[in-house]
Amino acid sequence: MSEVAPATPLRERAGRALEDTFLQQALTIATTKFIGLRREAFDEFPEGEALRDQARAIKEATLQRLDHWLETLIDNIERRGGHVHYAASAEDARQIVLDIARRTGSGMAVKSKSMATEEIHLNEALEAAGVTPVETDLGEYIIQLAHERPSHIIAPAIHKTKGQVAELFARELGRETQPDPEVLTRIARAELREKFLQADLGITGANFAVAETGTVVLVTNEGNGRMVTSLPRVHVAVMGVEKVVPSMTDLTVFLAILAKSATGQKLSVYTSLVNGPRRGGELEGPEEFHLVLLDNGRIKQIAGPLRESLYCLRCGACLNVCPVYRQIGGHAYGYTYPGPIGILLTAMLNGPESVKDLAHASSLCGACADACPVRIDIPRMLVELRKEVDERRIAPWPERVVFGALGSLLRRPALYRLSARLGRLFQRPFVRGGAIRRLPLFLGRWTRTRDLPPVAARTFQERWADLAREGRR
Amino acid sequence: MSAAPRAAFMVTCLGDLFYPEVGEKIVRLLRRLGVTVEFPAGQTCCGLPLFNSGYHGEAAAVARRTVALFEDAEHVVVPSGSCAWMVKHEYPGLLSGAERTAAERLAGRTHELSQFLVKVLGRRQFRSAVGGRLTYHDSCHLLRGLHESESPRALLRGLDGAEFVELPGGDECCGFGGSFSVRLPEVSSAILDKKLANVEATGAGCVVACDAGCLMQMRGGLSRRGSRVRALHLAEVLADGAGEPGSAAAPRGGAA
Repeated sequence: MSEVAPATPLRERAGRALEDTFLQQALTIATTKFIGLRREAFDEFPEGEALRDQARAIKEATLQRLDHWLETLIDNIERRGGHVHYAASAEDARQIVLDIARRTGSGMAVKSKSMATEEIHLNEALEAAGVTPVETDLGEYIIQLAHERPSHIIAPAIHKTKGQVAELFARELGRETQPDPEVLTRIARAELREKFLQADLGITGANFAVAETGTVVLVTNEGNGRMVTSLPRVHVAVMGVEKVVPSMTDLTVFLAILAKSATGQKLSVYTSLVNGPRRGGELEGPEEFHLVLLDNGRIKQIAGPLRESLYCLRCGACLNVCPVYRQIGGHAYGYTYPGPIGILLTAMLNGPESVKDLAHASSLCGACADACPVRIDIPRMLVELRKEVDERRIAPWPERVVFGALGSLLRRPALYRLSARLGRLFQRPFVRGGAIRRLPLFLGRWTRTRDLPPVAARTFQERWADLAREGRR
Repeated sequence: MSAAPRAAFMVTCLGDLFYPEVGEKIVRLLRRLGVTVEFPAGQTCCGLPLFNSGYHGEAAAVARRTVALFEDAEHVVVPSGSCAWMVKHEYPGLLSGAERTAAERLAGRTHELSQFLVKVLGRRQFRSAVGGRLTYHDSCHLLRGLHESESPRALLRGLDGAEFVELPGGDECCGFGGSFSVRLPEVSSAILDKKLANVEATGAGCVVACDAGCLMQMRGGLSRRGSRVRALHLAEVLADGAGEPGSAAAPRGGAA
């Protein structure tokens, strides 16, 4: 089942975001900070550029033999006593997790931050089945309290100011406090400690899985990931199939660039290597370990136009640098994955129809491709998506008419020159002081905030004869 | 006697329709530098608006005829980074067979104006056509598409009679993005507001760009807010030596 399409048009969602002064303040502060930290991290790390190329090459090579590396991963996890499940769809993945919860009698699940479980809307499914999900990443905890969804891939509550978080804690937890991040964190920590001890089920995503060793890798900053994977009796990791990497050596390449791209850290505070269930003689770890390999449209894209988006490490760097994301934030995109890469992932998960408007939510400035640690050519694929939308005749008919007419105009110089003359006639009532300050119809969208230059009294082509004569003198 | 370089001028649609005076300045500037300037008749647009919106069949048809128009050119000079990028980066992929080969040949001979001046002609020193402080906005396609940040800066730093300062966030998009500015006009304008605030904070009298799209967006915003700052094409700040007064570029629109 695909995600539900947003109820309001993109332009309206974006408009609301632009008017939200708290959101604007929060976005500017956070993305500016992330951009600076990322830049510094790579400036201090000259080998970073070569490692980005290497990481990209590993992703490409792994995709080419994805079946082999997944089989290797499955064998090695099972050899260590873990269980691996394949989920073709979001619905399958939810069922697999619910079955595990039911069989193990789990009434509460603690969760470490995971976009894959957001993608399959796992929390709603758990609640409906009588299992209480508790998000334990601070950002996720905040938005769960607020009954919201993440607005950023790595900073889910990026849209909230600390003042808003303090108000939320006062309302939901009955804890009145100053908007001091340290104090707020202490409150959350105390609330969560109890949950870790009560929960039977721990649910995580996975940043990587190393095929040759059967190791699931979690990259986190708060330590909650370790609690989730070691305290409950059962650990379930939900991971997109594309996250498998062949070897530990390969893993080191990704670890060297992931945190730098995401938060500007050299490494994240915790890099947890999970090697299946607790074995004889070990003091901690779950009794049961499950890995859910999530397809949900990914495998089909190995041979599809969005192939490169399967390289994505979910670092969020492309969101931070995107001028559109920085203005409208994640919720306005309307689906689980926001930002430039989010548009591609949304198309992958929900089909190109779902992004017929979102595919245009980019000025194609290329900042995303520049920031991407594995150099995914996001603008190129956005254009490919627009092309697909055009070819499938999904675009609205007035748009197709306009661009069809533009196409024939630009192929016929006589028609092009005629349109310049018509433009001069048409614009006459609108030119004031050498500029057009107001235009009718959809063109008024431009002139509401910007002046438009009028078509020149004499175009360059009309001036050329004089210029040519001048050149011969 | 070595033959004078020949350059065909690709005026681009925005340059032709809205900024013909920029084209005139470029032609005169190039002639003064000893370049024989040609202007193949029948030019329209590079097709980028069609391409970016996904209408690739139409874009290919436009590319096909543009490639043919410029077939005989020794060099092609383009006043906009985005159009130069379209020709160099996207034309070959839109065509096939012999047409593709011709497109690849064209790609190799096509230069954005600042690149042509600095890299082909080796010219960096010009008298400034405007006085005071000026700053530079990197257009996205020139910077991240053609990886060009140095040529325009070399020219601006080398200007005799003007002071060049860097623009904070100069490498960030101005919010134009072609049809993007009409599809999501409020977002486009919000991005522009940030850009113009940065421009005004530099204290510069003008912001220079090498792309007609960015200029249309920035000029439009500056003019609407009645700013004293002008957005000028690179060619408008390089004096072409025809004895023009300091105010070579007349401000457009504004409170006039």
